[in-house]
Amino acid sequence: MALDQSFVGRTYPPTEPYEVGREKIREFAAAVNDPNPAYVDPEAAKALGHPDVIAPPTFVFSLTYKAAGQVVLDPQLGLDYSRVVHGDQKFAYTRPVRAGDRLVVTSSIDGLKSMAGNDIIDIRGEVHDEAGEHVVTAWTKLVSRAAEEEATA
Amino acid sequence: MTAKISYAEVETGTELPPARFPVTRATLVQYAGASGDFNPIHWNERFAKTVGLPDVIAHGMFTMAEAVRVVTDWVGDPGAVVEYGVRFTRPVVVPDDDTGALIEVTAKIGAKLDDNKVRVDLTATSAGQKVLGMSRAVVQLT
Repeated sequence: MALDQSFVGRTYPPTEPYEVGREKIREFAAAVNDPNPAYVDPEAAKALGHPDVIAPPTFVFSLTYKAAGQVVLDPQLGLDYSRVVHGDQKFAYTRPVRAGDRLVVTSSIDGLKSMAGNDIIDIRGEVHDEAGEHVVTAWTKLVSRAAEEEATA
Repeated sequence: MTAKISYAEVETGTELPPARFPVTRATLVQYAGASGDFNPIHWNERFAKTVGLPDVIAHGMFTMAEAVRVVTDWVGDPGAVVEYGVRFTRPVVVPDDDTGALIEVTAKIGAKLDDNKVRVDLTATSAGQKVLGMSRAVVQLT
């Protein structure tokens, strides 16, 4: 079923602020088994010119994906979330995410396509800090796969 | 930001040290907890098979996080990564044994850009198949 093109360009309300903690960054770095001291040692991070420990480059996805849930679960859009897979992911950083940040995500629909029964949605998440400064933009392409009977048709 | 690598010392085609990253079921459970992505296709074989997957698969974002380590380990300061994007071409299938799967990553300088930036082109494979496509990072060197 083709998605309603009128949703392209729609922007959703900003999320409540997410407070980035040192221990959450440490937990994430441990989960990807990354020993870089910039993630756990404030002194090491300061030696690199950062005010506190920074997060690994993909950390912010946990925020932007949750924010994208506003879009993909929007009942008016009608995406079949149970069949969604991650197609592409891109980040562009003004600066790294760091401990102490209070981050707000604003999600927009950049594009909608239906191809061979698959619904493809491009969502952009703009991440700003408490001062309103841009931190990172995340572009997420999600594909809602066609149900089998349609895919084999 | 303080990259360990200077723009002057790299050329297009310069290879970064490659790396191999193991992933087991335990790795995926730990990543699920840390990232908040509890989709059962990443830990429940029965569920994964009911949605047509061969077995449990790694989070794409886990693979993306491992691949960029070739860049962050090389450049020293992870804050030097100013852009990073990938396409998820094939899943990393993680069997339920002590070995799990292996993600193998190579990278080279794809282009020298303005303002001491370079584009790094990454290749990630698992079980001999490419798992990330169009995988690129833009890095600020000194």
